[in-house]
Amino acid sequence: MYAVRRTQALTGATGLIEVVAPHVARSARAGQFVIVIAGEHGERIPLTIADHDRDRGTITLVVQAVGKSTEEMLTLEAGDAFTSVAGPLGHPTKLARHGTVVCVAGGVGVAPIYPIARDLKAVGNHVVSVLGARRADLLFWQDRMARVCDEVVVCTDDGSAGRRGLVTDPLVERLQRMSDAGEPMPHVWAIGPTIMMRAVSRATEPFGAPTTVSLNTIMVDGTGMCGGCRVSVSDGAKFVCVDGPEFDGHDVDWDNLLGRITYYRPEEREALEAAHARHTGCVRETVALR
Amino acid sequence: MTLSNKERYAIPRQDMPTQDAHERAANFEEVALGLTWEAARLEAQRCIQCKNPHCVDGCPVGVRIPDVLLALGDGDLAAAVDALTERNSLPAVCGRVCPQESQCEARCTLGAKHEPVAIGRLERFLGDHALQQHILPAAPLEHTGRRVAVVGSGPSGLTCAVDLAKLGHAVTIFESLHLPGGVLAYGIPEFRLPRSIITAEVRTAVEHLNIELRTDHVIGTTYTLVELREDYDAVFLGTGAGLPAFMDIPGTNLNGVFSANELLTRVNLMRGYAFPEYDTPVKAGERVAVIGAGNVAMDAARSALRLQRLRAAAHPQTGPGEVHVVYRRSEAEVPARREEYTHAVEEGVVFDFLTNPVAVLGDGGRVTALRCVRMELGEPDESGRRRPRAVAGSELDLVADTVIFALGTSPNPLVFTGAANLDRSRWGTVLADEATGRTHLEGVWAGGDVVTGAATVISAMGAGKAAAADMHTFLLAHAPKGPSRLEASPGTVRSADA
Repeated sequence: MYAVRRTQALTGATGLIEVVAPHVARSARAGQFVIVIAGEHGERIPLTIADHDRDRGTITLVVQAVGKSTEEMLTLEAGDAFTSVAGPLGHPTKLARHGTVVCVAGGVGVAPIYPIARDLKAVGNHVVSVLGARRADLLFWQDRMARVCDEVVVCTDDGSAGRRGLVTDPLVERLQRMSDAGEPMPHVWAIGPTIMMRAVSRATEPFGAPTTVSLNTIMVDGTGMCGGCRVSVSDGAKFVCVDGPEFDGHDVDWDNLLGRITYYRPEEREALEAAHARHTGCVRETVALR
Repeated sequence: MTLSNKERYAIPRQDMPTQDAHERAANFEEVALGLTWEAARLEAQRCIQCKNPHCVDGCPVGVRIPDVLLALGDGDLAAAVDALTERNSLPAVCGRVCPQESQCEARCTLGAKHEPVAIGRLERFLGDHALQQHILPAAPLEHTGRRVAVVGSGPSGLTCAVDLAKLGHAVTIFESLHLPGGVLAYGIPEFRLPRSIITAEVRTAVEHLNIELRTDHVIGTTYTLVELREDYDAVFLGTGAGLPAFMDIPGTNLNGVFSANELLTRVNLMRGYAFPEYDTPVKAGERVAVIGAGNVAMDAARSALRLQRLRAAAHPQTGPGEVHVVYRRSEAEVPARREEYTHAVEEGVVFDFLTNPVAVLGDGGRVTALRCVRMELGEPDESGRRRPRAVAGSELDLVADTVIFALGTSPNPLVFTGAANLDRSRWGTVLADEATGRTHLEGVWAGGDVVTGAATVISAMGAGKAAAADMHTFLLAHAPKGPSRLEASPGTVRSADA
């Protein structure tokens, strides 16, 4: 079992979990992920490693409640434990000195992009980050990002924090400015909802700005055995777990990917409803006993 | 009481009862139900104790079969179990999944004029008996001071680990998944090999021989092979063949297309058939096409059929569904074990022979049909099987909402990350000496599917056994490296509690 060392609520539906997994912490690098199982009958869930501490032997996971398993994970407290933490998995981010890089994060995507921004900065890049969320209360880690980036731009759909609009707005403005000034195009990283990564990839393409995305797909083992994570790229199908998770955003067949990630939506809904029904049932029983 | 050979010939081969085909197609419980004590003893008495027992030559791990059968025929169960487990540490598993009909039983002298002794059924009987009676393996020999890393807890790794632990070496098994067993756990369905059997046999082997089992360790990333080689006195690589193949035809990335590995992993390892009690979903649509006709294809087709029947039972408004196996050759060339093929037919799987897919068709991103061509058989190819060729103008569309590729697997390359200097064939398999499992890297052995490509459980066990014997000699000839510098992580070292 893998003990939870610390938890912290980040937004209403997002939490941080620091878990003791020294075998992962010892070799984890930015861009990699783990597969975790929370409960006895739990499913294998891929989560990006948002941070690690080799001395303490811990890794930090940021979880957004989107289904039964992630919802249950957010009820874990210090002293609880995961059944399984396997990894690190996937290729680490290729760190190179590009000059200027832009790290675009949508929603919970700020967690996986944080170590990438930090390490890109450490190798000498000028790091600009663009953090987007629907509303101000869904933003987190602006402070962390500010510590490792040269510039941080915040935007929200409703304007409740930073500028109003989508992450692609300040991104395109920046690229246009650089393009007009005849500067070389920056390398762009984008992590967030699939639809947002597609939007960023489409926005950067006309500028010829290299764009790396970190894909989050259906996955079971995470080691190349099931193939559920297949993504179509120009030279055929790739496995996100072992060939990725980072891909050239201009090379991904986004429509295929957006379809594939919905395959188990009905079952995900069914599991969540069953869990909620059980939960409500328990509450009712408790009330009756009183 | 000693029987004459004539009396032994007169005993009919004992049938093993099975669950009714109609009933079992709607559950995941075991199909074959095992022999009774009376039937097992009678069956064992059919053995005529050949002076030169060919059955032993047919066994990849060299079980002294006549000794086992003699003891069982005499009613001495303890002696029979001892004789069996001396060479085979997973008899309840092997009794269920070994292709005995092409190994020990194929060489049985009785087979010439009568039916061969049902060695497989007897092995299963004794394996189950040992588990029920908690018969433990002999205690390990005195500790040698040598430490061995075994990568993978499937049939080859487990066998190698058990043999080395018995000889007094300290063995650590690294497993990438959360449960031990490798292909036994993720690939072979409950209805052929119940998980309780794997768990019990692995637990018996591991706990009583003080083998350390580290699940969730992905060699290649958690540690590299190079790190293990530097730290341990010897390393055995038994990582199997886990990488699924897809056909290079249009439409394979449509929703509803997946590998047999994915279906089987969801069903077996993750218990998806019990969703939502278990969290991992799995679904087989109403029209399933399984491509390929090997053992994995049979497992996938029969699992899909059961998922359909379970769904139909829970939701009577949905149709009962159909599962087709699409195979480009004819019935005579089906590579699956006869028993698996027969079981699939009995349960209602439909076989479309001489049919080859050319495209997966879809609408709105979802599978709607499998476009195929009819095939005919021409001259034999290098494998000796008649080469199938397409019949011109014979295209047809099979309606399907689920397409499952069961076309074989190759070694998962992940383990070779950071170990590029390990020689491999152009098929990705590790080059290792056939007799000893030695690779060209000193201190590294390999065996099982990672060397041969996808084969059988028992041949992998044979390779693990051969490697263990050679590793033992090597270990004693070299000074021990001393304590590990790879820090053990307490949270991740667990016994085989599945």
